[in-house]
Amino acid sequence: MIRLEKRPQSSHTWSMATPLVAVLATMIFGGALFGILGTNPLTAIRTIFFEPLFGEFAFYYRPQLLVKGAPLVLIAIGLSLGFRAGIWNIGAEGQYIIGALVGAGIALAFYPLDAWFVFPLMIIGGAAGGMAWAMIPALLKVRFGTNEILVSLMLVYVAEQFLASMALGLMKNPEGFGFPGSRNLQEYESAHNAELITGTGMHLGVVFALIAVIFAYVLLNRHMLGFQIRLTGDAPRAARFAGVKPARLILFCLGASGALAGLAGLFEVSGPAGQVNIDFNVGYGFTAIIVAFLGRLHPVGILLAGGLMALTYIGGEIAQGQLGLPSAAIQVFQGMLLFFLLALDLLTNYRFRLTRGEVA
Amino acid sequence: MDLSAINPVLLIASLMVAATPLLLAAIGELVVEKAGVLNLGVEGMMIVGAISGFAISVETGSPYLGFLCAAIGGAVLSLLFVILTQYALANQVASGLALTLFGLGISSLMGQSYVGIKPPATGEIWLPILSDLPVIGPIFFQHDPILYFGIALVAAVWVLLKYSRFGLILRAVGENHDAAHALGYKVVRVRTLAILFGGACAGLGGAYISLIRVPQWTEGMTAGVGWIALALVVFASWKPWRALIGAYLFGGITVLQLNLQAAGVAIPVEYLAMSPYLITILVLVILSADKSSAPAALGRIFHASN
Repeated sequence: MIRLEKRPQSSHTWSMATPLVAVLATMIFGGALFGILGTNPLTAIRTIFFEPLFGEFAFYYRPQLLVKGAPLVLIAIGLSLGFRAGIWNIGAEGQYIIGALVGAGIALAFYPLDAWFVFPLMIIGGAAGGMAWAMIPALLKVRFGTNEILVSLMLVYVAEQFLASMALGLMKNPEGFGFPGSRNLQEYESAHNAELITGTGMHLGVVFALIAVIFAYVLLNRHMLGFQIRLTGDAPRAARFAGVKPARLILFCLGASGALAGLAGLFEVSGPAGQVNIDFNVGYGFTAIIVAFLGRLHPVGILLAGGLMALTYIGGEIAQGQLGLPSAAIQVFQGMLLFFLLALDLLTNYRFRLTRGEVA
Repeated sequence: MDLSAINPVLLIASLMVAATPLLLAAIGELVVEKAGVLNLGVEGMMIVGAISGFAISVETGSPYLGFLCAAIGGAVLSLLFVILTQYALANQVASGLALTLFGLGISSLMGQSYVGIKPPATGEIWLPILSDLPVIGPIFFQHDPILYFGIALVAAVWVLLKYSRFGLILRAVGENHDAAHALGYKVVRVRTLAILFGGACAGLGGAYISLIRVPQWTEGMTAGVGWIALALVVFASWKPWRALIGAYLFGGITVLQLNLQAAGVAIPVEYLAMSPYLITILVLVILSADKSSAPAALGRIFHASN
């Protein structure tokens, strides 16, 4: 008889290995799914994972890796802080939208002024906007004990409506011939989040993402607050006895993740996306949840996971064009990855034992 | 603006229709949470139910077969949640999110060839004298059978939880799974059944949106109803009849804001469309002060070795 037994200590090896095994399992089952949809599984997997990096047009796709990876890493780093402490911000998509709106709003207010301070102001505004949006569930949780999961998620729908209202009303381009959407910020020098080195995809958001990774690493490993976050997640009772103030942690974790999501939104709207429009958000806020878990809530892991997830986005687009694979198939693929990851996590904390005779 | 364009009788009648998907999903989740499991995948199970019900009823021409398959579809998806949380002992919050993300993806994959099609109509019941009554007839007695099934389900769940032996075991498992295990009850089995029931109910609720309420298929058409259903369970303090009241309240808000949009009120459409979500937050704030009625073992992982 096979029995499940709790490990005295969680296994370090398995903790490292599960993401890799999960990716492998997703490739196999995802390939099977693509097979059912009528594409050759091997071709599909090759197109998604190898074409963007080593294919004929890799020179075009490689920069995209940074463009798509940066917002995912920025958001996921913020989310991972809260997830570690059992504080669940799942409304990053809303904070991303609000950050973009505040940042773009500042830019549009200054248009067409040509000044050095416009972009820094937008960065501050984007972070503040995202943070303020995340502070709503944070303050409600601290003050009234309201469930932060539901509130942060409800606010995504509110933010989406708000975005629609802005794109069709207040922020609409007066010279846009009646089309929805704001002025294109790529054409406004002072507000454009341009590539730092042309042709690399390296914009300021990528730099911020890397800085966020380093900060999160130092915070979690070297700082008292990071220790309190980890302690609260691993042993809530011990944390209480050690004098950790839950309210402070909630405000910090939600505020930080909101600010980072807001930044991600700002860099997207002022760079790759270019304008505020009804559908400018593409669900990075939700995909970042997968990235955070795939990276095992560890800053370096998240960096790698963000790259991998960006790869599936780009590869998915190529597969759409070349193989006619539906875009939803990639979404399923990404969801599948999270499933395998959560299921295989069992092996980190438990082990299988063969036992003889009866079991109590 | 023309408020007189809003017909109160039609308003109340459509309120009941708008409330039914919420009610079905919420009553399922209520049973799940009573068993001590927090399944945040309601939205995903609803949307999968919406498309499986839609697809089957279009293919077979029978809406009832569609509803049946929607329930099965929702339950199959919730089976994944069972495997993750009951057997792989994964975190319930993360697993629920995974279920929603996966469900949204798989539903749009399944629904590609069904965009823009009209489903077969679900007939309305017709009771000889009652349905002909003025005012009361159109409000209460001219609906589809699924709406009445939803109300009957609330009554059934209430009786089951309160008066049956199985209900007592289910509540015991939800309050203290270690004690229930020590008494010899099969914690995992009870929870599995509860989760499957919740999945089937969510699937039914989703199909109600795609087959009756809208009725057509569009990607992501549940638009947060699953999440509002989760909030509704908190609102109801885990009591079936209060879930019914709550669902009608939320249904009323949804219908009212749609009517106000149609009547051309001076408030922009987007702000009216926000209102159900904002009111959900408001209700959560008001009710979150009292957590005494929440099942004590809600969201905790059970493993017999602990």
